[in-house]
Amino acid sequence: MTKHTIVALVEDRPGVLNRVASLIRRRSFNIESIAVGHSEQPGLSRMTIVVDGATTAVEQVRKQLDKLIEVIKVTDITEGRIIARELALIKVHATPSTRSEIIQIVDIFRAKIVDVAADSMIIEATGDEEKIDSLYSLLKKFGIKELARTGRIALLRGGTVPE
Amino acid sequence: MKLNGARILCESLVKEGVEVIFGFPGGSVLPLYDVLPRYPQLRHILVRHEQGAAHAADAYARVTGKVGVCVATSGPGACNLVTGIANAHLDSSPVVAITGQVARPFIGKDAFQEIDITGITVPITKHNYLVLKADEIAMVVKEAFHIAGTGRPGPVLLDIPRDVFIEEATFEYPEKVELHGYKPTLRGHAVQIKKAAKLIAESKRPVILAGRGVIISGAYEELRGLAEKAQIPVITTLLGISSFPEDHELSLGMMGMHGTAYANLAVDGSDLIISIGMRFDDRATGRVSGFAPHAQVIHIDVDPAEIGKNVRVTVPIVGDVKNILRTLNKQLEAQKHLAWIGQVEEWRRAHPLHIDHDADKIQPQYVVSKICEVTRGNAIITTGVGQNQMWAAQHFCYRKPNSFVSSGGLGTMGFELPAAIGAKVGRPDETVWAIAGDGGFQMTIQELGTAVQDNVAVKIAILNNGYLGMVRQWQDLFYERRYVATPLSSPDFVKVAEAYGMPGIRVTDKSKVVSAIKKAMKHKGPFLIDFVVEPEENVYPMVAPGCTLAEILDDPRKKVEFKLKPRATSNL
Ligand SMILES: Cc1ncc(C[n+]2csc(CCOP(=O)(O)OP(=O)(O)O)c2C)c(N)n1
Ligand SMILES: [Mg+2]
Repeated sequence: MTKHTIVALVEDRPGVLNRVASLIRRRSFNIESIAVGHSEQPGLSRMTIVVDGATTAVEQVRKQLDKLIEVIKVTDITEGRIIARELALIKVHATPSTRSEIIQIVDIFRAKIVDVAADSMIIEATGDEEKIDSLYSLLKKFGIKELARTGRIALLRGGTVPE
Repeated sequence: MKLNGARILCESLVKEGVEVIFGFPGGSVLPLYDVLPRYPQLRHILVRHEQGAAHAADAYARVTGKVGVCVATSGPGACNLVTGIANAHLDSSPVVAITGQVARPFIGKDAFQEIDITGITVPITKHNYLVLKADEIAMVVKEAFHIAGTGRPGPVLLDIPRDVFIEEATFEYPEKVELHGYKPTLRGHAVQIKKAAKLIAESKRPVILAGRGVIISGAYEELRGLAEKAQIPVITTLLGISSFPEDHELSLGMMGMHGTAYANLAVDGSDLIISIGMRFDDRATGRVSGFAPHAQVIHIDVDPAEIGKNVRVTVPIVGDVKNILRTLNKQLEAQKHLAWIGQVEEWRRAHPLHIDHDADKIQPQYVVSKICEVTRGNAIITTGVGQNQMWAAQHFCYRKPNSFVSSGGLGTMGFELPAAIGAKVGRPDETVWAIAGDGGFQMTIQELGTAVQDNVAVKIAILNNGYLGMVRQWQDLFYERRYVATPLSSPDFVKVAEAYGMPGIRVTDKSKVVSAIKKAMKHKGPFLIDFVVEPEENVYPMVAPGCTLAEILDDPRKKVEFKLKPRATSNL
C-alpha cells in the first residue's frame, strides 16, 4: 500500500495548521491531501493526511507530527478497516443537448446535481478518490469549468477508535 | 494580587528559579526592563548583539543543566536572536527566548518593528507562543520552561506584545502543567532493554557511541558502568565529548569527519553499535550507506523520531538515557573482549593524533594541548567553528563531565565568545577558555564589551591562521588550492581587546605559548591571547564527504597506510 492515511488529533488553535504545513514542507514529505475540521471533542480538530509511502518515510511523518506540542495523537490507520471519503464539487459545461447524458452519468455514480445554469451544472459527489477520479474523467469530454476536492477524510470502521 | 504583564513575567521567571537573563532592550520590551530593578534576583547581562544573548543563554543552559533565558525587542532584536535559537534547537539546548512584539492593535499591520517572529521560528523552536493576554503569561511561562527543559530539550520562544506587558491581571503561578500533546517517554521498554542485553552478551566487537544525550541526562556513571562491566570501547560524537573521561583506557575519543582514526576504524569494524543519546548526524557517520557494515544497532534516545531516521536500528529503546542504562547495566554479566580491545589498541598505536613538533611556527594543535596541560584539563572549553573547533575537540583531553561547549548541529561561527560568557556566568568557579578562529571571532567580537562590563573572566585563545581555515582546507584538498575568499585580514586583536578594556597579548613564538597561557590564568578578569599559528595547517585525520569511516585521509607527513584508500570525492 503506497498511500497511507494518517489521522491526527490536534488542538484547535491559531497556527496549528501552519506548524503542520511547515513541518511537511521542511522535511520534504510528499503528501497527497490534507483535510481539517472539528472533531467530536470540543477544542480539538481532526486532520486527515494522505501520504505517498513510495516517496516518503511514513513512520517519520507520524513521529515528527507527534513531536508537535499541539498534536495530541497521530495514527496511521492504513492497515485498519477504514471508511475513507472525499467530497468533490464539479462545475461542468452543459448545453440542452448534453444535459441528459450528464444526468445519466451522475445517476450511475450516485452523485447529485446541486446547481443548474444556462450553460453549466454543479455536481456534488462523495466517495473514495477512485470514484471521483472516474466520474471526473467521464465528465471531462463535456468540458470541466472548475473542480474543488476536499481531500480524504477517514475513520476506522466499527466501534474502534485509534489507540 | 493584580500586577502588570511585565511583573507577572518577572514573578514567573523567579518562580522558575531563573537567576540570569541575557538581553538587549528596545521599545517593545521597555515595560519589562522598567520593572527589572524590582527583581534583583534576576541578573541582567547586557550583550552587544542579540545573537550573543541567545548563544550565552544556550551555553549557560548546557553547563548548568538549567534553562537559559534571553530577551530581545521586537523586529530587528527578535531577528538577531534567530541564529542563536537555531543553534540551541539543533543542539537540543533548553533556552527560553522572550521577545517583545508590537502592541496588539498593530499586529498584522506591518507596524514599526513588527515581524512575525513566531512564524519565523516555527521550524527552529521546540514550541513557541504569541501571548495575547496578561493573564496567560504565568501559564505560558510554566509551560515554556517545562517544554524547554524536559524530554529532548530545546528552545521555546515567547512573543509578548508591548501592551500585554502593561495590561494588569491577577498573578497566580500554576502548580503544574497539563499538556495533552506532550508527554515524553522516560522509562525504556523492559522487553527492548532485555533484547539489548542479549545482543551485548553475544557481541564480539561492540562499541559504544555516546552523544550529548548522555550529558543532558547526567548519565556519566551509568555510561562508565556499562563500558567497564562489559569492557566496551567508548567513542563520542562531537557533542558527546566530555560524557566519558578521555584518559580512561576504554576511551577512543571522537568519531566522524575529524574523529580519531582508531575510533572510526572501530566503528567500521564493530559487530554491535550501542548508540546512546546521539542521532547519527552525517558528520559523525560518514557516507551512511557504508556506515558500520557489519554492525547491529541498539539505539537509545529520548526522541522517538530519531529512531530509524538515518540508520537502520535493530533494537530501539526510547527513554531517558540514565534510566535505561541503569536497568540495562543490571542485566549484564561482566564481559571481556580481549581480542577486540587488542585490535582497537593496535589501531590506536598505529594511528595516533599528530602534532608536528619540529615545525618552527606555532602549531595550533600545540596551543590546544598546552591549554590542556596548564589547566590540567580542569576547564570548560568553548569553541568557534572550523579548524579551531576540531583541534579543540582533538587535542584537549576532556576528563571533566560536561566541559566541552561547541556548536555542533548548526556549526555557527562566532559561538565561542558569547558561549564562554554564558558558561562562565553559569559556572563562575570554573576556568573557561574560548578557543576561537580569527574569522569566527570577528562575527561576535563585540561581546568583548559584555565580558568587560560584567567582568566575566573568560580566557580567549585565538588560533590566528589568517584564513577561514576550514574552508581553505577544503579548497586545498578538493578545489586544487584555489583560495577564493578565504585569506582574511584581521585587526590587531590585542589592541581591540585593550580598546574594550581587556588585557591581551600576541604570541608568535612557540617558546612563549605556555607562559602566555599561565599569564592569562593568573589574571583575574577576562584575557585575550592572539596566537599567530601556522597558516596552512590542515585538520587530520579526515573522512572526506562521501567516504565511509574506514576511508581515512591522514596527515601526509605521517606517511601511514590504511587498508582502504579514500575514494575520489567528485560531488562536493
Ligand atoms: C556563520 C557561518 N558562516 C560561514 C560558515 C562556514 N565556515 C565553516 S568553517 C569556516 C572558516 C572559519 O574560519 P575561522 O573562524 O578563522 O576558523 P579556522 O577554521 O581558521 O580555525 C567557515 C567560513 C559557518 N560555519 N558559519
Ligand atoms: Mg582562521
